[in-house]
Amino acid sequence: MRFRIALAQIRPSLGDVARNLALHLEAIARAAEQGAELIVFPELSLTGYYLEDLVPDVALEPARSEVVAALREASLRHRMDLAFGCIEVGEDFRFFNAAVYVSRGEILHVHRKLYLPTYGMFDEGRYLAPGDTLRAFGTRWGRMGMLICEDMWHPSSVYLLAQDGAQILLCLSAGPGRGVRGEGKLGSIEAWETITRSAAQAYMVYVVYVNRVGFEDGAVFAGGSMIVDPFGRPSASAPALDETLLVGEVDVGEIRRARLFYPLLRDERLDLVLRELKRIYARRHHLAPSDEGS
Amino acid sequence: MAFEDFNPALAAELLVRFIREEVTKVGFERGVLGLSGGLDSSVVAHLTARALGPENTYGVLMPYRTSDPAGVADAQMVADQLGIRTIRVEITPMVDAYFEHFPDADRIRRGNAMARMRMLVLYDLSAALRALVIGTSNKTELLVGYGTIYGDMAAAMWPLGDLYKTEVRRLAQYLGVPARILEKPPTADLWVGQSDEEELGITYEVLDALLVELVDRRRPLEALVEDGHDEALVRRVAEMVRRSQFKRRTPLCPKISSRSIGHDFRYKRDWGN
Repeated sequence: MRFRIALAQIRPSLGDVARNLALHLEAIARAAEQGAELIVFPELSLTGYYLEDLVPDVALEPARSEVVAALREASLRHRMDLAFGCIEVGEDFRFFNAAVYVSRGEILHVHRKLYLPTYGMFDEGRYLAPGDTLRAFGTRWGRMGMLICEDMWHPSSVYLLAQDGAQILLCLSAGPGRGVRGEGKLGSIEAWETITRSAAQAYMVYVVYVNRVGFEDGAVFAGGSMIVDPFGRPSASAPALDETLLVGEVDVGEIRRARLFYPLLRDERLDLVLRELKRIYARRHHLAPSDEGS
Repeated sequence: MAFEDFNPALAAELLVRFIREEVTKVGFERGVLGLSGGLDSSVVAHLTARALGPENTYGVLMPYRTSDPAGVADAQMVADQLGIRTIRVEITPMVDAYFEHFPDADRIRRGNAMARMRMLVLYDLSAALRALVIGTSNKTELLVGYGTIYGDMAAAMWPLGDLYKTEVRRLAQYLGVPARILEKPPTADLWVGQSDEEELGITYEVLDALLVELVDRRRPLEALVEDGHDEALVRRVAEMVRRSQFKRRTPLCPKISSRSIGHDFRYKRDWGN
């Protein structure tokens, strides 16, 4: 089974949800013309990234939001699944950096970013609450998992989604471009290639990485969106820095093929991981006497 | 050396995009900058002309009576090379009129006044031309505070603000800035014979090497001394960075209400754009 995915490497405006919604609808229409059945947008695609005190102003409840309703309607009209980024407000007035997956007009899954970078040029932990669940979810092409940018830098996130049955990982990102040393590419783009490719190769999954472009207060977002196949090979890549709608193909048969060649998931030792993690957890939190010789 | 693998092509691409996007998204098409005939303003003129087009780039020549005439000629050469527009405004009568009130003012005061008079001209032309002021400060001088606050530091953006002088020089070579400009010793040209390196008491080569270690690599002073750098010099550079922090920040604002500018009223400049 093959299907076409559109990677919407857009340049959202900071805090202008209406303008960003229009960008989404336009990308969806263009993707539909090119036969895409799923379109993936970057992290915080409806809001822009460096929101700071704008967080409450742009926050929405996905199930009740008119903006999300417009996207759900577009999903129905174009028979296209969507993954996009927004600020979700919880019933307890906590705010989350969220990724929403819509299929046939219904919200199928919401992922709340687990790891909020709060160091260097990032300050998410000041404004946002971290999510505390990670789940793969079923789609018409098999199980998928969503991660948001920094989540992907924690190999445990990828590990958990793969163990939960995910075959296609969507990574919505607002990854900055940094590093003008050496030949060729931005240093940060090379880093993303390394982690997406190694994740795909280690777990025999497709990784669909969608990064935004554009500047916010001088910080540049690097683009470089790509589809990496379950053998760890980039099968479609968007250029750095430019707004692009990249349409690529996912062949679910490749997942089967990769897993026949490399039955690593079959051999995974969840019992071992659980046992050792419990031991490490107890030791780190002084819940048990430290074990010998380690 | 720390700068050997600097990639000027990649830096130029990012900076051109930076200028283009940050100017146009706030509703402008044009940029205006002071052109001195020195390295930094020549590089910024190149980048701005690439970003906005030469027809949208205004180089303003603002000599004072003591300015080196070669600087004006070099500035005009860069403008001609790029096909950008130039405007010439002599600042001598304005600066001298002011100092008639303070005939004994020293050269520091006079130099600051020149830098601020140029700022006044650039911001007036900014309104007249509907052009954003593109600053020419680089990372080295911003870090050590070698600039006049509300003078040459005043701008809507600093395209060179994350490039050390050594990197600006590499970028200039890549962009095709004339060799004459690359070779002359850097000067603020606020008085006859002024030289950045003499006034700072350190060459840019050494200064940049120290700043990269201290700022970019966050290495402690002691480690630099262990590397063989002169301890007094390392301490002096670190002290210059600390003492000039005020120049890199907006003015202090008290915190006495529930939500205060500069404390907990936090929005980016690009808010809504």
